[in-house]
Amino acid sequence: MSDTGAWVADTNNRGRSTAARAAAWRFVLQRASAAVLAVCVVIHLATMIYAARHGLSSEAVVARMHVTPAWPAFYALFVVAAAIHAPLGIRTVVDEWLGLRGRVVDAALGFFALLLLGGGLYAVRALAG
Amino acid sequence: MIDRDASALGTARAARAMRRNDVRARSHAAYWAFMTHRLSGVALAVFLPIHFFVLAQALAHPGTLDAFLDWTRRPAVKLAETLLVLALAAHLGGGVRLLLVEFAGWRAERQKTAIALTAAAAVAIALLFALAA
Repeated sequence: MSDTGAWVADTNNRGRSTAARAAAWRFVLQRASAAVLAVCVVIHLATMIYAARHGLSSEAVVARMHVTPAWPAFYALFVVAAAIHAPLGIRTVVDEWLGLRGRVVDAALGFFALLLLGGGLYAVRALAG
Repeated sequence: MIDRDASALGTARAARAMRRNDVRARSHAAYWAFMTHRLSGVALAVFLPIHFFVLAQALAHPGTLDAFLDWTRRPAVKLAETLLVLALAAHLGGGVRLLLVEFAGWRAERQKTAIALTAAAAVAIALLFALAA
């Protein structure tokens, strides 16, 4: 009986530690992606204002993307960071404001992350390829 | 009976006081900073897939992106774009403030200043974009 109790307690602890570990990973990923995005967004804002001043056309955007491979690499990094950051932020909002949580929500957010990743990298390839 | 009435009256008074307190707690720079960060984040998350879809048009149909860019020259679209830039700049400033709070330490006396600076920078960036666009 005491053995079973210990086993149950152990399983519960293991479950809790898995959840705690997942929460810790979400925290780290959210902040790490935020730090990357902070730099990316400053560059993106400056580029947008520059591009708007110099006439925005698809030709100009595509030409800029071919100046150096650093631009597509930068935007790919930007997309990866955004694909991590946005779903984690939405996760908190739907939890706190709509009371929605659990596997279905996490699956939907996982799908959203893949949509952003796939769509973003496809767009980078469209402009730089 | 009298006790119950008194208690009901007390509860109603407490509820009113709570409501007053609730409003007071929310009319604070940190609450508006929180709300701005959250709403701008949701707006950006909704906008991102649309942004990527439009950019991807450059690969699928080369003329479509230019047709879209022509459409964005309308004043109403320019205003919407400026609001998006404001949201992006506000989310950036708010996010950097949160990172500093979490990793560089909470300094209560500096929060109002930090929030004011963030708001000013976000408006300045949005105006710069509006003037350039």
